[in-house]
Amino acid sequence: MAYRHLNLALPLLAGTLLASPALAQTEIRIMWYSDGNEGEVVADLLERFEAEHPEIDIVLDEVAYQTIQENLPVQLESGRGPDIARVTNLQTLNEHWLDLRPHLSDPAYWEENFGSFLDWMRPAGSDAIPGFVTQLTVTGPFINATLFQQAGVEVPEQGATWEEWIPALRQVAEATGVPIPLAMDRSGHRFSGPAISYGAQLIDDEGNPVVPDDGIRAMAENIVNWHQDGTMAQELWGGVSGTTYVGANQEFANAEVVMYFSGSWQIAQFANQIGDAFDWWAVPNPCGTAACTGMAGGAGLVGIAYTEHPEEVATVMEYLASEPVIREFTARTLFLPAHAGLASSGVDYVSDDPNVARALDVFLAEVGRLEPKAIAMQAYRFNSILYGAIITRLGQVVAGELTLDDALARMEVDIADQIAEASR
Amino acid sequence: MTDETERPITSTPLASLRAAAFWPLRLVMNLIDRPLTWLQATFGQRAMIVFFLLPNMAIFGIFVMLPLVINVIYSFTGGSALFLDDRVGVGFEQYQTLFDCRDFTDPFSCRQDAFWAGVYNTLTFMLLQVPAVALTALVTALVLNREMRGRGFWRAIFFFPVLLSPVVVGLIWKWILERNGLLNALLNGLGLEGTVWLGDSFWAMFWAIFVSTWAHMGFYTLILLAGLQSIPRDLYEAADMDGTSRPRALLRITLPLLWPTMLVVLILALIRAVQIFDEVYVLTGGGPGTSTQMLVQYIYQTGFAALLRNLGLAAAASILMGLVLMVLTLLQLGIAARRSREVAG
Repeated sequence: MAYRHLNLALPLLAGTLLASPALAQTEIRIMWYSDGNEGEVVADLLERFEAEHPEIDIVLDEVAYQTIQENLPVQLESGRGPDIARVTNLQTLNEHWLDLRPHLSDPAYWEENFGSFLDWMRPAGSDAIPGFVTQLTVTGPFINATLFQQAGVEVPEQGATWEEWIPALRQVAEATGVPIPLAMDRSGHRFSGPAISYGAQLIDDEGNPVVPDDGIRAMAENIVNWHQDGTMAQELWGGVSGTTYVGANQEFANAEVVMYFSGSWQIAQFANQIGDAFDWWAVPNPCGTAACTGMAGGAGLVGIAYTEHPEEVATVMEYLASEPVIREFTARTLFLPAHAGLASSGVDYVSDDPNVARALDVFLAEVGRLEPKAIAMQAYRFNSILYGAIITRLGQVVAGELTLDDALARMEVDIADQIAEASR
Repeated sequence: MTDETERPITSTPLASLRAAAFWPLRLVMNLIDRPLTWLQATFGQRAMIVFFLLPNMAIFGIFVMLPLVINVIYSFTGGSALFLDDRVGVGFEQYQTLFDCRDFTDPFSCRQDAFWAGVYNTLTFMLLQVPAVALTALVTALVLNREMRGRGFWRAIFFFPVLLSPVVVGLIWKWILERNGLLNALLNGLGLEGTVWLGDSFWAMFWAIFVSTWAHMGFYTLILLAGLQSIPRDLYEAADMDGTSRPRALLRITLPLLWPTMLVVLILALIRAVQIFDEVYVLTGGGPGTSTQMLVQYIYQTGFAALLRNLGLAAAASILMGLVLMVLTLLQLGIAARRSREVAG
């Protein structure tokens, strides 16, 4: 009889002992994409978190940016998806974000340090805390300073206009035999900063699109002229169709471009790819007739509304958003901090590359020079429609399919049609 | 009478081993046989046809017909929601949007100019690429059909691109054709000036057709080779005895007898040309402007690539494209049926 009980009890005991750690652990999945080394850094930080919180098992799914853009929205529409995701499309998908506020131990900390950017990820008028912006980005130009030195051309100072920059870039290209004086990401977002510098409104105070206007036209004329006179390479803006993004990272790293207009997120990549092959500097945004602004942007880490473990999601988010952790993350990834405390106290970046330090200084200064509209656009629900229409139609002008007048007229119709469709 | 399923038949050791191995199979077959016998006895021969077609029809219904029906329904809805429940019924509005044109011969006079640019580009691609691929496949097949050294090797060489993924094909040729690509390096080496091949509308379409022809020619060559080898040799021997020249034999024997196979090749190439997307998308991205943007790319970009997806419009465009493909498929089926009648007759 005793043996019979033992036979039953031993497997039960063994099973319980084996199963207990697994049963106690809550699995939290994070969908993450990387521009540079941030995946590696966050994995390291999360490992420490898991050591402190054995009850939570974090699975970091590192995916391509395209997966975040194309697959995640479909998962969210069907009420599934990860527990936490790193996204850039913060506003359009805001209905799927979890409001962390009821689960946070100190919501005031979040409002104080991330408050400026919470509107980017929540509906207008809401006080929800869906997550935090992991890094702030600012669009702006990089130059190959070595080419300037070789050509004996002075680098234009802060406050120089596009009209002053372009002859200098062409002069450097001609003197050094570099094929592309200016390259700009084929992106409506990148175009919008210079357009605002020429007075573009993009949206009015009621949130209605104001495209096109004189500012858009002025910058669009520049783009078209720069392609016609060889300042910009035909294949970047004119080489593809629709909203397709084309960057010139490789061309810049290969010293085939004098100025590359992109943004602060390229710093880590350039530090890694270019190294000491040449001096690459970030320079202040060239001025138009109205301002000298880039565009704000950034990636955010958000909780997903469909998680079965909101408490644990909040615990992970609180850890990642805490000042020491976000400080280390920012220092190691060479990102601009979106955390107000860090922005005011400064960050000791982990790099001995003078180009990195200079670029970070320049972009941090550019944050302070952002026009309000350049920040507000990030919170505008239909910003992707505006950017898409602008780049699609300008691409057709560059390719010679449309006149600028036709393109501007079509931009207006495209935007109206798409907003009407999305608002049904 | 003993039931075979009860015990294996034993005569020789090998036979008993075989019987033992097949015993489970026989058991299963007997189990299936009884209901099937009952089905046939009760409902007749027709029931058996339905029974055997049912699994395939179920798969076809779930994975082909059902999505097709859902797609048709989507084409009558609007909004950016993914699920039908959340979408708004809009009747024929999406079709009206696609057909809202001042002048159908000018894509840029249409409200959805990208759709019509896609239609015209696909048409241009079809009219140029199909004859190009058929002609090069025919010439290659005629050459490879001759007795020559290393014939198997040459056949493999021409067939090799068919094995490559369209994305790989697109990327390889993109690297060849870009500003600092292999072609420009070659031209520069010869003292000639290169150009930005994919930045010019004419050259972008030319290379899209060239690359697609290169990638698919091997497949059609294989079909034509099979057609060539089915032509009876005695016809050529008779022609040779009559002193018929080779070009005349080609015109009077080979090409007429190869024509049914060539029709199949033409129809298959037409269907493939209408569906063209992947390799051209990777190669040119649809540019410059919209000059190589094909119809399928329009559907992909409207329905999937945009952040705010217009699934209704994409569905309507895909239904229109589906109708064109259906006509081409019926044409192919008609030709195939006529050919089999001719063979039987």
